[in-house]
Amino acid sequence: MAGVHVSTTVNGDPAEFVCDPDEPLLDVLRNRLGLTGAKEGCGTGDCGACSVTVDGELVCSCLVLGAEVEGRKIETIEGMADGDKLHPLQRKFIEHAALQCGICTPGFLIAARALLKKNANPTEEEIRFGLAGNLCRCTGYDKIVRAVQDAAREMRGA
Amino acid sequence: MAYDTNFTGQKFKVVGTRPLRPDGLDKVTGRARYGADVSAPGQLVGRVLRSPHAHAKIVKIDTSKAEKLPGVKAVITSADLPDLTNGDAGMYDILVNCMARGKALYDGHAVAAVAAVDAATARKALKLINVEYKVLPHVTDVDEAVKPGAPVLHSKMFTDGVEPKPTKASNVAKRTEFGHGDVEQGFKEADVIVERSFKTEQTHQGYIEPHACLANLGSDGQGEMWVCTQGHFVYRNTCATLLGLDAAKLRVTASEIGGGFGGKTHVWAEPLALALSRKANRPVKLVMTRDEVFKASGPTSSTSIDVKIGATKDGRITAATATLRYQGGPFLGMWAELGAMTSYACYDLKNVKTVGYEVVVNRPKVAAYRAPSAPMAAFAVESVVDELAHKIGMDAVAFRIKNAAKEGTKSSYGPTYGPIGIGPTLEAAKNHPHMKAPLKKNQGRGMACGFWFNFGGQTSTSLNVTPDGSVNVSVGTIDVGGSRASMALIAAEELGVPYENVRCVVADTSSLGHNDMSDGSRVTFSSGMNTVIAARNAKKVLIQRAAKMWDIPEDAVTWEDGHAKPAGANAGNFPPLSLKEIAAAAANTGGPIAGHNEFVADGAGVSFATHICDVELDPETGATKIIRYTVIQDAGKAIHPSYVEGQYQGGAAQGIGWALNEEYVYGKDGRLQNAGYLDYRIPVCSDLPMIDTVILEIPNPNHPYGVRGVGETSIVPPLAAIANAVSNAAGVRMTHIPMSPPRILKALDDQAKAKAKAA
Repeated sequence: MAGVHVSTTVNGDPAEFVCDPDEPLLDVLRNRLGLTGAKEGCGTGDCGACSVTVDGELVCSCLVLGAEVEGRKIETIEGMADGDKLHPLQRKFIEHAALQCGICTPGFLIAARALLKKNANPTEEEIRFGLAGNLCRCTGYDKIVRAVQDAAREMRGA
Repeated sequence: MAYDTNFTGQKFKVVGTRPLRPDGLDKVTGRARYGADVSAPGQLVGRVLRSPHAHAKIVKIDTSKAEKLPGVKAVITSADLPDLTNGDAGMYDILVNCMARGKALYDGHAVAAVAAVDAATARKALKLINVEYKVLPHVTDVDEAVKPGAPVLHSKMFTDGVEPKPTKASNVAKRTEFGHGDVEQGFKEADVIVERSFKTEQTHQGYIEPHACLANLGSDGQGEMWVCTQGHFVYRNTCATLLGLDAAKLRVTASEIGGGFGGKTHVWAEPLALALSRKANRPVKLVMTRDEVFKASGPTSSTSIDVKIGATKDGRITAATATLRYQGGPFLGMWAELGAMTSYACYDLKNVKTVGYEVVVNRPKVAAYRAPSAPMAAFAVESVVDELAHKIGMDAVAFRIKNAAKEGTKSSYGPTYGPIGIGPTLEAAKNHPHMKAPLKKNQGRGMACGFWFNFGGQTSTSLNVTPDGSVNVSVGTIDVGGSRASMALIAAEELGVPYENVRCVVADTSSLGHNDMSDGSRVTFSSGMNTVIAARNAKKVLIQRAAKMWDIPEDAVTWEDGHAKPAGANAGNFPPLSLKEIAAAAANTGGPIAGHNEFVADGAGVSFATHICDVELDPETGATKIIRYTVIQDAGKAIHPSYVEGQYQGGAAQGIGWALNEEYVYGKDGRLQNAGYLDYRIPVCSDLPMIDTVILEIPNPNHPYGVRGVGETSIVPPLAAIANAVSNAAGVRMTHIPMSPPRILKALDDQAKAKAKAA
């Protein structure tokens, strides 16, 4: 299979890679770019553990081809903190014990950030439906919802 | 070294607080390394070929074409894994499960594996392996499997535990029995008897991280493995046995674990990765797909349970029996046995008898799933308890309180209880505002109790004081839900140093003695107790060193608030020496300062919970929504309450999925129809309400801090609590889990038909 050359931006840095035409973006990120923060929980877009944004749009990176991201801006969990300053969502997840095993956490954080960008003051129900594409098997979601509520409050300056 | 592990009622300074977890930063930034996140130079990709048949004789496997494909470096079949199990039947079952030997026993059973330079080549190679099968009749249902004329999986399986031993092979591997008293007499004394049969379908632990490992095994018999596991020492021992290695020569390092819930207590493809690496002379990374996880790891049993309970009009249970059939996949398990032990553990019964039958079927090998076997037994028993209370006109909580086990009760599975929490959780439920909240139309409330033993087991822990006075705790128990934070809290408490000065790590198998795995809710109990002892041992050394620095006898020095102090006025007038100061001087007072301990943690404290649940039923669609949920559970002592709450909430959520939706669906062809998260749907955020928790602390007398263990009990009551709630909302008793919309609609329909017929 002839490789496809792709130039893109990942977390603000230019990135180039050659991938197979049928290779998911998730595999590119993990195996070619060394960014293993996005996880493969299912490979079929059902668990959200591989969530990233492409041009600001929340996607399951297992359902996007590497070849599709030419010239686009990808953001992954590795770029969420500003240097040593954690994003409020990251901080609140730790403070609220919103993670146990942590495998779903990168996906939840990316999805929650995308949610709060669209809706800075979501209700509990809006948070629950906004995060319904991300599976967590450890927490029962209670502490995740509370962490997102608290982060949203802080980000609004409320 | 002598030590006292009894509960002393000491006052805590840091235990019971909620500091940030030490692995938090890594887990919110994507830096934490899980099973599939590590690579080795020159690594190959391992893939497994699996049987598409539920039951088939393997006539021939031709791997020659696959071997010739460029980029393929090794192909293995069962011929590459000779039987080295030396008569250990359980280990032989593990070997057979890792790779089929002559016969495929379920849809997804491994038959061959390849290692190739990349995933695409490995996938292509699998297609080039030619397996000739002779398909055999199969059975996947637990009740069908025990019927006369059912296809028999093993021609040499004669039911164990039956006298005289059967001469005819069957799918019943073993019978076990528990109880005491005379149930026949007890039923005669009953005013009301309720007898019902129940079924529960098979569910999967559903951890989000698929099994993954990176194996590296050389021709010199030395190797290393990076793997997601609940027990790296157990994986090491098992893999060493199956591959004929010295355990000491296989170093296993546990990755961060993306959920386990019992499913990662058992090896699946890890021995294959090692065998591929040995054959290819290269490191091999093997990661299961989600499809493989569903088909070929270890879900929990599907079951069929008959329960009969009798009581007097004033609410005293006079006799109780249960017959429990649990399938273990194609191998002998201990699943019905655990169901039979736990069925009636909540109650103080004069006459009780439970019988368990271990059944084999053409499904994957069953593994532990959080309080394994107890939720199904509790579903059956607690449903009948509820119905019985209703029949004699008693409140369901009051009926349970009247019959609850207490200190001194001889349990239905044998031991006599010490101080226990079933009564207090029921009293807390009775007084909880949830019990009094009004319900609307189509809503129902249910409650139920649950029990789990909790385990102890082999544990080895090492605590090292570094030259700068910070403290390292090395444990051999995997951290599945925040236990490193708990261990650091315990070490900080004992040594009198800040929590932030302690770092706890999970050490590899070459750095500590054997540790049993993280199962049975044992980690905070066992490793926690061992951390207490290791810290106390280190404290003795610190005292010795202070004595040396002051040139006074050891017994003239005491330890207080992180400092060595002279024991009294006669000992001398020295200003206190901090741990930091003593550590800094260690090179001149005898070298590194450490405390260790190895032991079998004994005296795990049994744990009880009571759950309350409100549901709303849509009678048109049969869909059920959980609208309120409360967990009340005895923790013994909550070391880090946030993570105790997390265990309570997580167990409840898994139970909710099990009760309402999750189910392995097999076709008539014996193939799994829903091996993915789309069709095997676990609860998502919008399915659940907030889950309220109440932590009770009835100390375990056998642990210095009173810890019991909290991880598993929380999944025991939900099936029953929700079934009771749905039954109350629907006005019809639900007896088949999951209570999916079609089953609820059918129950409503049957009830309407029965009513029409009666009218």
